[in-house]
Amino acid sequence: MKSKTAAIPYVIWMLIFIVVPMALVVFFSFTDRSGQFTLENIANVGKYSTVFLRSIWLGALATAICLLLGYPLAYIISRAAGGRQSVMIMLVMLPMWMNFLLRTYAWMTLLENNGLINKALGLIGLGPFELINTQGAVVLGMVYNFLPFMILPIYSVMTKIDTRIIEAAQDLGANGRKVFSKVILPLSVPGIITGITMVFVPAVSTFIISKMLGGGANLLIGDLIDMQFLGNSYNPNLGSAISLVLMVLIMICMGIMNQFDDGENTGGMMI
Amino acid sequence: MAKVALGLRVPLRSVSQLIYRKGDAEMENKSIISLQNIAVSFDGDVVLKDLNLSIRDGEFVTLLGPSGCGKTTTLRVIGGFVTPDSGDVFFNGKRINDLPPHKRTVNTIFQKYALFPHLNVYENVAFGMRVHKRKESEIRDRVHEMLQMVNLSGFEKRKVDSLSGGQQQRVAIARALANHPKVLLLDEPLGALDLKLRKDMQVELKNIQQQTGITFIFVTHDQEEALSMSDTVVVMDKGQIQQIGSPQDIYNEPKNAFVADFIGESNIVDGIMHDNYLVEFAGRKFDCLDFGFEKMEPVDVVIRPEDIKVVPPLQGHISGEVTSVTFKGVHYEIIVDVDGFKWMIQSTEIQQPGDIIGMILDPDDIHIMKKSEYSGEMGDYSAFSDEIYEEVHQEEQEQTEVEGD
Amino acid sequence: MKTVSKLYTGLIFLFLYAPIVVLMVFSFNDSKSRVVWNGFTFDWYRRLFEDKEILNALSNTLIIAVITAVCATVLGTAAAIGIRGMNKWMKRTVMNLTNLPMVNPEIVTGVSMLLLFVFLNDRIGILKPGMVTLIIAHITFSLPYVVLNVLPKLRQMDPHLYEAAQDLGCAPASAFFKVVLPEIMPGIVTGMIMAFTLSIDDFVISYFTSGTTQTLPIAIYSMTRKIVSPEINALSTLLFGAVMVLLIVINLRQIRDQRKQKLRRKGAVKA
Repeated sequence: MKSKTAAIPYVIWMLIFIVVPMALVVFFSFTDRSGQFTLENIANVGKYSTVFLRSIWLGALATAICLLLGYPLAYIISRAAGGRQSVMIMLVMLPMWMNFLLRTYAWMTLLENNGLINKALGLIGLGPFELINTQGAVVLGMVYNFLPFMILPIYSVMTKIDTRIIEAAQDLGANGRKVFSKVILPLSVPGIITGITMVFVPAVSTFIISKMLGGGANLLIGDLIDMQFLGNSYNPNLGSAISLVLMVLIMICMGIMNQFDDGENTGGMMI
Repeated sequence: MAKVALGLRVPLRSVSQLIYRKGDAEMENKSIISLQNIAVSFDGDVVLKDLNLSIRDGEFVTLLGPSGCGKTTTLRVIGGFVTPDSGDVFFNGKRINDLPPHKRTVNTIFQKYALFPHLNVYENVAFGMRVHKRKESEIRDRVHEMLQMVNLSGFEKRKVDSLSGGQQQRVAIARALANHPKVLLLDEPLGALDLKLRKDMQVELKNIQQQTGITFIFVTHDQEEALSMSDTVVVMDKGQIQQIGSPQDIYNEPKNAFVADFIGESNIVDGIMHDNYLVEFAGRKFDCLDFGFEKMEPVDVVIRPEDIKVVPPLQGHISGEVTSVTFKGVHYEIIVDVDGFKWMIQSTEIQQPGDIIGMILDPDDIHIMKKSEYSGEMGDYSAFSDEIYEEVHQEEQEQTEVEGD
Repeated sequence: MKTVSKLYTGLIFLFLYAPIVVLMVFSFNDSKSRVVWNGFTFDWYRRLFEDKEILNALSNTLIIAVITAVCATVLGTAAAIGIRGMNKWMKRTVMNLTNLPMVNPEIVTGVSMLLLFVFLNDRIGILKPGMVTLIIAHITFSLPYVVLNVLPKLRQMDPHLYEAAQDLGCAPASAFFKVVLPEIMPGIVTGMIMAFTLSIDDFVISYFTSGTTQTLPIAIYSMTRKIVSPEINALSTLLFGAVMVLLIVINLRQIRDQRKQKLRRKGAVKA
């Protein structure tokens, strides 16, 4: 089938609803309200450097925790027997299908000052602790929501490792630890890369988790953008500039990450 | 390989050239398919250049050549899947350049069969007839007839996925023939089968062709397959036809070094034609059966390894030192160093490396070819160059498969 | 599995599921308390079904999801077929276009579309944010998923099938419907289900492109902002149940698909 034409409606659609909007973001970033060219918006983004730093710090922290928690689990699942394996991977995916607002809401009720956790701690004579509206709560919310995004790509790369390669390593004298550090770990790098991007991008740009679990005090980039478009400080030009900087930032991060990857994106998507 | 009687050889060659040369109007009337001055290129790569080919009704024709030689493209031009950049395709004398594939009365057996995985065996075979809105009873009879022909009666309800490669192959044959094609195109149909099965299917295909009388155009890179099945072999390389002829013709009288090298094994050496029936090579003059060359014309001389007779050193025309001996089952393959050139001999008698042996070349063992672009390219003898060839082909094939994606 | 692995896996799954379970349990609690169990009731479910706003949001969500799934599937399938026929250079460009909304932070995609819709509404007076813009936005972000699900099926398909159908007498269009479509159907269906669920689940992009129209996630969001009621818990439980059913259907399909492929491979090995 050499019917290139079948893709024309799609390409037109994507041009109008993806490319043109992106162009508008750029356009708004460099203009003021009357449409005149200005660099003021971009310059003003600098005022919010603490917010940027906080977002990146919390996002990176959440990503690191996800990697630490998720990698061993991905490994365990990939080594499990076939039937058990698919059940466990199903269990990892299942929470992702619950709306993340509800998942975050679940933590809200747990972390409340008189929520279940504080009540339970009270029973053994501890607390109550200030759990909600802290940076810790925001990171917890990120980890909880995005952990499957780390586990799945790593798992999917690990299952693709040919068992004969592992057997070859054992045959050549590698013990269990050596097999892991010399074979499995290097081969799972593409999955780690995909996992890191899949966790870091939504974590650094979230605005709901910080709103629900961080209270007003722990503003993130996402909240900032939200405020410029639908919030109190309506300023789409500034909002566009912040979005643009966020995009560039993420692109730089992904560019750096891809340096570690050998080009091919084997992590892949999973439902 | 049975050789044609000596006296017949020369006339045979000229007859075959007469029949298959282009532009012979009378011959074209009898031909079912005729390609005239076909040129095809993909993205600037020339795949076929000025190809002329005429195929008679009821013939078993094989297009033979390495991958990338244009044989599959030639087939696809006939099937209607490739439109030539220039030139004409005739079917029974009618120009069919612009006729889409589904309106052509030719059917194809594709590489890897291209069976419809969502349909069972019965529905696969019935597919063409359903498209043509045949009566249900007619379809049923025809499907049963076809399945019986390919020995698959009772497999009607089976999923095609559950069949072995050989069975899938048979379904593909039944499906293509159910449509009553005038011409059947077969694109390396046996390539995916193992050796034993391939041999069986060769015989079976040949039988089916003789039973049905349908013109078969068969594409392969396997020279043995081509020689054993065909009425006519068309050897192709670099988008051009190198030689057309009967299998015997092609084997015994290769037209150039490429054909000699591609078909069977051969020693190809430089020679000089001193006169009619007299050629010089390997440092001495030999009697031969070829004529019509200019005096002192440089030529390529082909000697088949199985034609060389081994004798004690002093009794031979030429002599050399045995450098290696390999047992090949039917014969020994003996490599002999003759004045620094390697010759290959196939003999049923064993020799020892280091032995000096003599070699006798009778006039009918010596085949003279005009110099061509292939002269000197084909190595000392074909065994080694064959291997290189195959490696290159495999790579090429993989590449074209990837690109074809 | 070793005990350590078992323990570790158990803890991670506890972390993933405990909040959801708590959320669900308290949907049956006969009190507004989210800490103390006061007895079993279906009261919150009853109230949920009497809540006009929620029901309206639910019907909006379903309408949008159905339209999105149908449009995205048709456009995306056509696109995949077209992309197959493209040369390398064009293919790469279009695939970059396809990946753009997938790598971009959701918030940026949402904001950029908001800019477009506001721009069009202000200048030309069309596409006032509401139902239509929501549908457009949803089609846009689900399209890449359809394309990426159909493309591999096309790649797996024997390229000669389409030709074989024509060879046997089918006109090109009928060859497509008789042979190609049944072959790539699993990919199309998976893509469609994904488009449907992504649409139902989406909050961030909807938030920016909905105007005053309510979808279920938006309604949930406003509920979590207002006084909290166990109605949310009830809603979560229902949604989770629905998603589980859908997921099981998808998984069964995939298992069947894999079996088929295994069979096919076996056939090839025999050859």
